[in-house]
Amino acid sequence: MSDTLLSVQGVETYYGNIRALGGVNVDVKKGEIVSLIGANGAGKSTLMMTICGSPQARTGTITFDGEDITRLPTHLIARRRIAQSPEGRRIFPRMTVYENLQMGASLDNLKYFDEDVEKIFTLFPRLKERQAQRGGTLSGGEQQMLSIGRALMARPKLLLLDEPSLGLAPLIIRQIFDAIKVLNEEQGLTVFLVEQNAFAALKLSHRAYVMVNGQVTMSGSGKELLANPEVRAAYLEGGRH
Amino acid sequence: MEYFVQQLVNGLTLGSIYGLIAIGYTMVYGIIGMINFAHGDIFMLGGFAALIVFLLLTSIFAGLPVVLLLLVMIAAAMLTASLWNWTIEKVAYRPLRGSFRLAPLITAIGMSIALSNFIQVTQGPRNKPIPPLVSSVYNVFGISISLKQIIIMILTVSLLTIFWYIVNKTALGRAQRATEQDRKMAALLGIDVDRTISVTFVMGASLAAVAGTMYLMYYGVTVFTDGFVPGVKAFTAAVLGGIGSLPGAVLGGMLIGLIESLWSAYFTIDYKDVATFSILAIVLIFKPSGILGRPEVEKV
Repeated sequence: MSDTLLSVQGVETYYGNIRALGGVNVDVKKGEIVSLIGANGAGKSTLMMTICGSPQARTGTITFDGEDITRLPTHLIARRRIAQSPEGRRIFPRMTVYENLQMGASLDNLKYFDEDVEKIFTLFPRLKERQAQRGGTLSGGEQQMLSIGRALMARPKLLLLDEPSLGLAPLIIRQIFDAIKVLNEEQGLTVFLVEQNAFAALKLSHRAYVMVNGQVTMSGSGKELLANPEVRAAYLEGGRH
Repeated sequence: MEYFVQQLVNGLTLGSIYGLIAIGYTMVYGIIGMINFAHGDIFMLGGFAALIVFLLLTSIFAGLPVVLLLLVMIAAAMLTASLWNWTIEKVAYRPLRGSFRLAPLITAIGMSIALSNFIQVTQGPRNKPIPPLVSSVYNVFGISISLKQIIIMILTVSLLTIFWYIVNKTALGRAQRATEQDRKMAALLGIDVDRTISVTFVMGASLAAVAGTMYLMYYGVTVFTDGFVPGVKAFTAAVLGGIGSLPGAVLGGMLIGLIESLWSAYFTIDYKDVATFSILAIVLIFKPSGILGRPEVEKV
């Protein structure tokens, strides 16, 4: 058995007649942190959602842990242990923080909930303070933590993070990136993340892909891409550091 | 004073029935944002299922205890109504999900007409009376309360408690609320959204079926058009209480029951519906989202 966990091969996704992804190839190996960087509208979030089957890829195949998941409905893909903290966080606004976390643990019917929720609260102590509060009343940073925490509650084999740093203060961004690193190193969690904050993402990742107009144009290790002049010009210099 | 309290009791009984039906409207609206206009007819259909079971049981086994009879009637009504509502959702509403908003609404009106005509054709257009099942009346401080009213109120309160528990404390309820708030996210967490929506229709239909059985027992008669007026009243109750809100549906039901019986008691009975709908209009002018409804705007 190969150590490739997720393999995206020639995936095309359409919104109506508009092609959002034009033949994307991406591989994520077990235990890796892989990031996907690119400008607004490049199709990064679309790829994340396509992996989860919403929308489904029109052509191409997505393989997870040796199984073709391209045509599975979203909830069955989630049951294969792919958890996503999606674009816009999508916290359930009228459920408490605690209930949001319970929703994350739906797959196992709360079997490991008590044990796992303590881990989340250690990772993000802020959530513990806010546990009885409604999701909609949290600040952006807290919602982001909750969104990641909720995804982790599913005990994922693959964690998809869509812009975990969006709209957050630098200090909180660091906190979140540190948390991702810890999870990866200590628990071997495989992470595929989308970031506009290319510098932080590339520093964190083992490997990375650059996406332009729905296609992957470059890939390499985080270090290589950090040193690449094209990447520097397009995504690093003058951008947010 | 006694007269007033008497009317309160009558109003609350009627309100219980409206409340039970209103929950079905409000839940379905909450979860998929459509008004299931066929819900009133599901209520009527539940009543008919209870009627048929009553006729069958009393003709086969004479002298069955009333409690048992009532329980079997309720169970049969719940089962029949659930099965119908589940099927209707699957064949008529689900294919239209993601279509423009009016499409499922128009389909629901069509289903409503189809259901009442189906009952008219299969059961006949005449009023169907049943002999009184329970006829004891108690006198408490000069107010007469019938056993029927007590049964209705106790049943309503216990069903609401069970229901509240399911929605707020169980995994199923959480899945329903999550689906209501963000369907896509719920799916991303492994919730089978289609199944959750089906279950919501089944739950709504079960409550409507209990209401239908109670209605039959209370008035002792049913007819194929009986889905319409109580259906509209219950829908009004849901809107008055704030559509999408479960406590709102019950509160709205109780208020409409009370308005109706108090108006009929002190003014002319012919205008009781005018009074009900006027109050609805007045409330909506000052609080467009209903009494317990939340405004559409949400903090993100």
